[in-house]
Amino acid sequence: MLFYGTELASPLMLGTAQYPSPEILADSVRAADAGLVTVSLRRESAGARAGQAFWSLIRDLGTPVLPNTAGCHTVKEAVTTAHMAREVFETDWVKLEVIGESDTLQPDVFGLVEAARILSSEGFKVFPYTTEDLVVAERLLAAGCEVLMPWGAPIGSGKGLNNVFGLRALRAHFPDVPLVVDAGIGLPSHATQALELGYDAVLINTAVAKAGDPVAMARAFRLAVEAGRLARIADPMEARDMAAPSTPLLGKPALS
Amino acid sequence: MNIVVNDETRVVNARTLAALVDELGYGDARIATAVDGEFIPGSRRCGLDIVDGMRVEIVAPMQGG
Repeated sequence: MLFYGTELASPLMLGTAQYPSPEILADSVRAADAGLVTVSLRRESAGARAGQAFWSLIRDLGTPVLPNTAGCHTVKEAVTTAHMAREVFETDWVKLEVIGESDTLQPDVFGLVEAARILSSEGFKVFPYTTEDLVVAERLLAAGCEVLMPWGAPIGSGKGLNNVFGLRALRAHFPDVPLVVDAGIGLPSHATQALELGYDAVLINTAVAKAGDPVAMARAFRLAVEAGRLARIADPMEARDMAAPSTPLLGKPALS
Repeated sequence: MNIVVNDETRVVNARTLAALVDELGYGDARIATAVDGEFIPGSRRCGLDIVDGMRVEIVAPMQGG
């Protein structure tokens, strides 16, 4: 699947926040064989230079970066942050977050559509963090987005795919749009499920970074997305309500 | 001149945003700037005058999800 004309090396997108150390972050990105990594912007004092060290680590990994607008609650904040990110990271890709509610961190879909329209018209390639709402999805595509990133569950909750029906409907309605489950994935099995549903990628952060062994978990997610992708291609059987014996009855001896 | 940089009040000598970034010691660091909520690209820092009370934001790459 192409994301704005670019083929990613893997359907696993990995966040870079909350790891125990920069070394574990780097090892996790490698173990995950991540197709891209998400990054952010924060205030930096001249003396600290923490951001410069982080940037050099990311650059050395050679993985494509997707800057986010995390923490932005207004269209203006998100648009300004996207512009700053484009200059710092030298990419016109942006993971657009416009947060609407602090407890669930769910997107403000009205602000999201407006920000997506502005940024698309300014040449950005927008990856909108959205819900599974079909009408919002239509609006985002009309605003210029060529990728959709519905949540599985609230950010950092690890609850998995909360609305499988809705995610399946989104897949069915937009068969040609690259779809990524972003947020809420807690286990490799959730990632497998997303790929089995026909999603093109998943974006994971907390599930790897906050695991007891992030590097091992990164590898588990790599294998999980591979399993899900292969299963999708292999055309899974239909589920059914009644049992159907798998062992043939023909030739069974009469023993009663 | 009294200005606010990243929410901290500072007294600075710089007359332009480019000079301010220099004065604060960012050197060749990879940063982006905004003034009073508006993005100011690197190419415009030389032409942007510092005025009293200005709010400057200076950001750098950081971990993100």
